[in-house]
Amino acid sequence: MTLGEQCRGDFPILSRLINGRPLVYLDSGASSQKPRQVLDAMRTFYEQSNANVHRSIHTLGEEATEAYEAARDAVRSFVGARGREEIIFTRGTTEGVNIIAQALGRTLKPGDEIIVSEMEHHSNLIPWQMVCRDRGAVLRAIPLQDDAYLDMAAYARLLGPRTRMVAVTHISNVLGTINPVADIVRQAHAAGAQVLLDGAQAAPHLRLDLAALGCDFYVFSGHKMLGPTGIGVLYGRREVLEATEPALGGSEMIKEVWIDHAQWNDLPWRFEPGTPPIAEAVGLHAAVAYLDKLGMDPVSAHERDLTGRCLDALAAIPGVTIYGPRNPEMKGAVVAFNVAGVHPHDGAALLDQSGVAVRAGHHCAQPLAKRLGIAGALRASFSVYNTPADVDRLAEAVARLNSEL
Amino acid sequence: MSAVQYSDVIRERFRHPRFRGRLPNPDVAFEDVNPLCGDRIRIECRLNDGRLAEAMHHGDSCAICAAAADVLIELAVGRLVAEVGRLGAADVLERLQADIRPTRMKCVTLPITVLQGALEGREVAR
Repeated sequence: MTLGEQCRGDFPILSRLINGRPLVYLDSGASSQKPRQVLDAMRTFYEQSNANVHRSIHTLGEEATEAYEAARDAVRSFVGARGREEIIFTRGTTEGVNIIAQALGRTLKPGDEIIVSEMEHHSNLIPWQMVCRDRGAVLRAIPLQDDAYLDMAAYARLLGPRTRMVAVTHISNVLGTINPVADIVRQAHAAGAQVLLDGAQAAPHLRLDLAALGCDFYVFSGHKMLGPTGIGVLYGRREVLEATEPALGGSEMIKEVWIDHAQWNDLPWRFEPGTPPIAEAVGLHAAVAYLDKLGMDPVSAHERDLTGRCLDALAAIPGVTIYGPRNPEMKGAVVAFNVAGVHPHDGAALLDQSGVAVRAGHHCAQPLAKRLGIAGALRASFSVYNTPADVDRLAEAVARLNSEL
Repeated sequence: MSAVQYSDVIRERFRHPRFRGRLPNPDVAFEDVNPLCGDRIRIECRLNDGRLAEAMHHGDSCAICAAAADVLIELAVGRLVAEVGRLGAADVLERLQADIRPTRMKCVTLPITVLQGALEGREVAR
């Protein structure tokens, strides 16, 4: 029995029929489904322990605080961070990038440089465009090679004494390319620049060891890794966080307040103004526990098998063009493709008629789509609950697309 | 109205459009983009005596958008410009005989706003 067959039963939504056919959910790269364990944990929290955290001196407040901080410990362990003060809860990947972009932005001088890549999701591009525009800094992009990998020689040339930040994705949400992040970090640090990695597509699929990786910041979302929406994680290396001025103010991020100034709170709360997503943290804790129980190495192997099966099946269909690396060992759990003569939105709508849910469009990476010379693409993405049969259903439906239009 | 989104009319008009292509030396033309999907459609028109004499559409769009443009032009050609301006989504949907989902309504309305943009441009030029 594959891992997907083992855990499908934990995901209530997968028993739904869509247009009369059993749902085949291949859009986990956009948002994953949630196991009963996550849903139950959140329900139990709301029914038994709901209160605000940190300030409430009563039983529920204490239980809520304990649950919230326990989630932090679970995430610390999950990503291999050295300390719990390095784990900051956000609303999601996008907010994590913005928090760091805004904080760094205040220290940018005209002519300072920020490096992104041509394969970035808009969420790891626009925040940097905004601070560069505000501060007169220069945004540079690592070009993409025709083989869907980053041009690392060009990266080495882009790094310089004015480089302040290198912000790149760990795994492309379109191509699936797994970037050589250890190398990217090493070279950036040698040039005196910080590194932020967008882990939205990596954290759900790979075993992370952020302490060993050495990046300064790592951001990801709960909802793509079996957890709820509304919560994400900003990992920051302690020394770097200590030296970073918070960009967002409010309660909880302070230690003492006067009318005209304040003293910031300790890490990690310094970067968590306002009431945090508490039930969502409880849900994320359950999601991380679920993934830990399966084991991230078996999860990666399972998704690599599905990706390989999908690449083979789609490549055998006439008129199909696949984007990104063909080697599943070098690829995350996404396969982007087009079918000749079929617009991606028509393709996705017709696949939905067969009960197959995929993403279609530019996938929030318009510069990449322009670089590939396409308006958009279809994208199948996988999670723990997918099975080889799901891939076969996709391939059958894709093979029929041309005759259905 | 049929229950399916990809009705026979949409499939027929996508495969065998009657008004797809370019119009040499158009009197007015306009194009726009659907921000949802990046689809682009251009409509070129020839006017005669206050009427839409001829129109063609082309661009990079989905089947629903291309079919909507095709039936819209069919509905519009021969009418007074003011009448064309009153054509709306309901008129196009009736011709398409399709159950267009809310997420795809933009695909139907894009050609309508593009045609109206072309005709309004003409009025400004006067």
